[in-house]
Amino acid sequence: PLWIKAAAPSTNNNSSSTTPPDSDPNGRRRIHSMLKLYYGLNEEGKAADQAESLDPCDINGPHFDPEVYLNKLRKECSLGELMDHESCMVKQIRSLDSDMQTLVYENYNKFISATDTIRKMKNDFKKMEDEMDCLSANMASITEFSARISGTLQDQHAQITKLSGVHTLLRKLQFLFELPARLNKCLELQAYAQAVSAHRRARCVLQQYSHMPSFRGIQDDCHVIMEQLAQQLRQKFRDGGSSAKDLSECVELLLQLDEPAEELCDKFLSHAQSRLEADLQGLEAELKDSAITDTDILEFIDRGCNEFVSSLCLVIASYQELFINQMANGKLHVFVDTLAARYFSLVERRIQEEKGVSDNSLLVRALDRFHRRLQAISKLLPGSAVPSHGTEIVVQAARERIKQYLSALQTFYHDSLTDVRQALAAPRGASSKDATPSLPELLASLSNFILNQLKSVLASVHLFTAKDITFSNKPYFKGEFCSQGVREGLVVSFIKFICQSSRQYCESAGDRGGSTPPALLLLLSRLCLDYETSTISYILTLTDEQFLVQHHTPVTPVTALCAEAREAAQKLLNHYVKVQGLIISQMLRKSVETRDWVNTIEPRNVRAVMKRVVEDTTSIDVQVGLLYEEGVRKAHSSDSSKRTFSVYSSSRQQIRYAPSYTPSAPMDTNLLSNIHKLFSERIDIFSPVEFNKVSVLTGIIKISLKTFLECVRLRTFGRYGLQQIQVDCHYLQMYLWRFVSDENLVHFLLDEIVCSAAHRCLDPSPMEQSVIEVICERG
Amino acid sequence: MGSKHTNELTYDAQQCSPGSSSQAFSVVNVLCFLVFWLCIINAWAVVLSACFQARALTAQTAETDAIRFLVGTQSLKFDNQIHIIDFDDENNMINKSVLLHDAGEIWHISGSPADKAVLTTCYSKSEFCVCVSCRPASESRVLTCAAVWRMPPEWESGNHESPDDSSNNPQTLELLCHLDNTAHGSVACVLWEPMGDGKRLISLAENHVLLWDLQESSTKAKVSTATLEGKGQLKFTTGKWSPHHNSTQLATANDTAIRGWDLRSMSQIYCIENAHGQLVRDLDFNPNKQYYLASCGDDCKVKFWDVRHINEPVKCLEEHSHWVWSVRYNHSHDQLLLTGSSDSRVILSNMVSISSEPFGHLVDDDDLSDNEESQQEDKGKEPLQDSIIATYEEHEDSVYAVEWSVADPWLFASLSYDGRLVINRVPRALKYRILL
Repeated sequence: PLWIKAAAPSTNNNSSSTTPPDSDPNGRRRIHSMLKLYYGLNEEGKAADQAESLDPCDINGPHFDPEVYLNKLRKECSLGELMDHESCMVKQIRSLDSDMQTLVYENYNKFISATDTIRKMKNDFKKMEDEMDCLSANMASITEFSARISGTLQDQHAQITKLSGVHTLLRKLQFLFELPARLNKCLELQAYAQAVSAHRRARCVLQQYSHMPSFRGIQDDCHVIMEQLAQQLRQKFRDGGSSAKDLSECVELLLQLDEPAEELCDKFLSHAQSRLEADLQGLEAELKDSAITDTDILEFIDRGCNEFVSSLCLVIASYQELFINQMANGKLHVFVDTLAARYFSLVERRIQEEKGVSDNSLLVRALDRFHRRLQAISKLLPGSAVPSHGTEIVVQAARERIKQYLSALQTFYHDSLTDVRQALAAPRGASSKDATPSLPELLASLSNFILNQLKSVLASVHLFTAKDITFSNKPYFKGEFCSQGVREGLVVSFIKFICQSSRQYCESAGDRGGSTPPALLLLLSRLCLDYETSTISYILTLTDEQFLVQHHTPVTPVTALCAEAREAAQKLLNHYVKVQGLIISQMLRKSVETRDWVNTIEPRNVRAVMKRVVEDTTSIDVQVGLLYEEGVRKAHSSDSSKRTFSVYSSSRQQIRYAPSYTPSAPMDTNLLSNIHKLFSERIDIFSPVEFNKVSVLTGIIKISLKTFLECVRLRTFGRYGLQQIQVDCHYLQMYLWRFVSDENLVHFLLDEIVCSAAHRCLDPSPMEQSVIEVICERG
Repeated sequence: MGSKHTNELTYDAQQCSPGSSSQAFSVVNVLCFLVFWLCIINAWAVVLSACFQARALTAQTAETDAIRFLVGTQSLKFDNQIHIIDFDDENNMINKSVLLHDAGEIWHISGSPADKAVLTTCYSKSEFCVCVSCRPASESRVLTCAAVWRMPPEWESGNHESPDDSSNNPQTLELLCHLDNTAHGSVACVLWEPMGDGKRLISLAENHVLLWDLQESSTKAKVSTATLEGKGQLKFTTGKWSPHHNSTQLATANDTAIRGWDLRSMSQIYCIENAHGQLVRDLDFNPNKQYYLASCGDDCKVKFWDVRHINEPVKCLEEHSHWVWSVRYNHSHDQLLLTGSSDSRVILSNMVSISSEPFGHLVDDDDLSDNEESQQEDKGKEPLQDSIIATYEEHEDSVYAVEWSVADPWLFASLSYDGRLVINRVPRALKYRILL
């Protein structure tokens, strides 16, 4: 029925519209809207339309009045217009009629089926109404029943709730009652941790209900058991056999059992101490045995680190974990310090035993490990003095090491000198010449040995400052160790030692009559001179480079060392001259003193001792020439040996001896020699020599000839004695001039000797110069 | 001064070259001028040429008024002489008298401490005849003997007025006693008993110590001996009679060793082996410190010994550049030490640290008011250090003997082989520092 009502007015409305309804979508929408309007489904937004449609002339409006409309048209429009309007109107009516017919047709089937459905529904609803009535009746009865049941069950529910509460309480009570037994069992099984946690759980409750006798009993039981447990724990703690971990666990449990923390702390420390002391004793025993068992220092330090230091760290860590909240750190510091001090003293002793200088790397590694492990303590226990003490020990060890190296170098130097000495002594005994090295070779090898040894020592010491060593970053090792320790303490001291010991050779040998072989003196002198010229600066530069020495403190300058070396070289060379001069002097002296010069026979040849003197001088010349340069000599003629001597003998000697038969002779000679001396320079016999061969030889010859002179003056000569001296002096003259810087010196001294001999002669009748020459050339 | 110049000049000329040519004269003039010139430039030296070679020098021990030295000459060809050198301190004048010593050349001379006219010499007597031009006889030998002499009483009277007379007619020494040593060999030296009565003396002959006791009138002698035994040919070079311990000790030197002897038992009491590196040339006792001894030798060193600790010398000086032949303590101020060496130098040293005089200054605490003054004085007067006071280089030849004057403790003489005697004074500044 709804459909029909809707369809009819819409058809009407459509027919009255001016535009055909199917012409465009707008027309259809208008149709819909008109249908909606008809059924009162209009919206508020359509108020304007309603106002519009109030116009009675609007053919589509609801208030359309055909009469008004018709009158209006008649009044306003002409006939034609009316005709047009009428035809339009007819057209519109016709289209609207057809639209309506279409709509009715379209909706007819739907209309029929809807009518059927409604009819069917009318029947079904009637049945449903009956069922619904039945249902509601049932529901009512159910509700009634339910209300009755709940009414009856109300009491029982409350009872059940109460019962379940009682149940839990009972379980708790059971736990409490079982607690003593459980604790006992735990005690038996030594599951202390469980026992303690169980007890803790029950403790409050027991405390709360302790006024009730039964609970009190339980509590007492528990107390007894826990007391026992605590006792056992303490026992275990006291025994101290267990590891540090066990111990700390123990302590933790005891703490939970409200043991007094301070007491525990003391006990803990004392136990830890006893264990650490055991470690220390082990170390000490090893220290004692180390001489026998020959363990190296690295093993020792390793053992110390692994046993003592790591347990110490563990103790510190667990102490801090356990007690740090309750206790001040003071106790721990004291504890650690005392133990560490003992440990350090052991380490120090061990380090002191490390005397052998063969392998420094072992010591350095041991020290490094020692130092590194101590850093762990510093991390665990900031502000502890232990690491700084450890560093001090390392520094001390490094210092000691340098000292040891210095003494090792000194021993090495002495040993190599002994070797050189043996090598020098060998040629005299052994005839095999090729086996014994010459002086320059010895010098080179000695110098090389020393330098190499020094270098290797420097390399060993350098290990202390290697980058991967932890303590090399310490300020000591960056600064003082390099400059004061290595440079001053080792290198400079060694150089000074060389100079010093060289000087000692001069002093000690002087009194005991040449215990040092002269060649060694010469060699050492050259060595010192070489040091002065190059080696010292080389060594020091090497040291400075290797150790990057930054001189904060004043250090010995190279020049001072060089001066010292030069002084030593000079002293040695002077001493060499003295010793060699003495050897020749002694020969000459013996030869003069032991002979009876008054009763000697006419000279036939040069005395053997003079030949020996010349030979020795020549060999000294060769020896010195091996090590020292030739040197400058005053210009002399190519044939000095003959010419000068002949002048000397023919002119001056003639003057001296010719008038010796007259009483005025001594005065004459005296005068001449006095005049000569007045104008000649004074000769210093034992005077310092220069660093060259000629100067050295001059010194030796001066000493020898002066001795000859003094000995001659103490003797009395016969005629042939004088002649023998003449021959000897001529011979010396022939050979010695070539060695000295100023041959006039030799002339002068020989002149003086012959002159003195003439004075001391009972019968001064000199030999013919030609005869002398013949004898000398023959001999 | 001019007069002295001429005096010495003529003296030398006449003394030394009686028969030489005029050319020689001029040479002598030149020389003497030079010598004298030397004397003028050094205000404290008086130089004298003895014209003979000489080794023996002694102060006249018993003479305490005049500054007098005795020099013995050494010549094989001429008659040897003993020159008595008087130094006139006020006028800086030297007077020389000559006594003839015809026994032989003099190696050592020593004056009696009791009688200034008595002296001993060690002389070598050659039994070889010069004038014969034959071959030397096989038995000829040189032996050093010793004798006690007395100076003739007149020598002093004629000398001062004209040295010419004395040179022309030198008087001869009177032989008191010949210290016969033929059994023991050559005599090295003769020592008088210090501070003794001039009756006891010691001669060192080869390896024997002979103690002589002169009888009345000093012409006969009794003798007791001690002998040094050992390997090789041991020979005393020199000796010194200690003035301490009632003159019962003697120190001798042989080779490099110094030995002490007790004269009562004639046995050795100590021995410093290797006292010097080479031969020991001379010894002297510190006159004020009884155990202290100075020695010198061929190693150019002077060493000081405490004979109670003979392992190490107390001190050692090494200033000379050749053998040191003579060492002498000053008789009154034992810090002053004189050494003569064959490097022709004489060195005067001041050994304050081992002298008997207090070392350093004692400040008087009582004189508080004078404190500033004394401090100022101290600043000016720093304590004396061991040092060389002076090196005297007037000699041209080896110096074999040095001697302090007995009369004037600030004066000393040194003698070199060429016969030059130099008399020097301790520098005035030092003298005042020691005295004040």
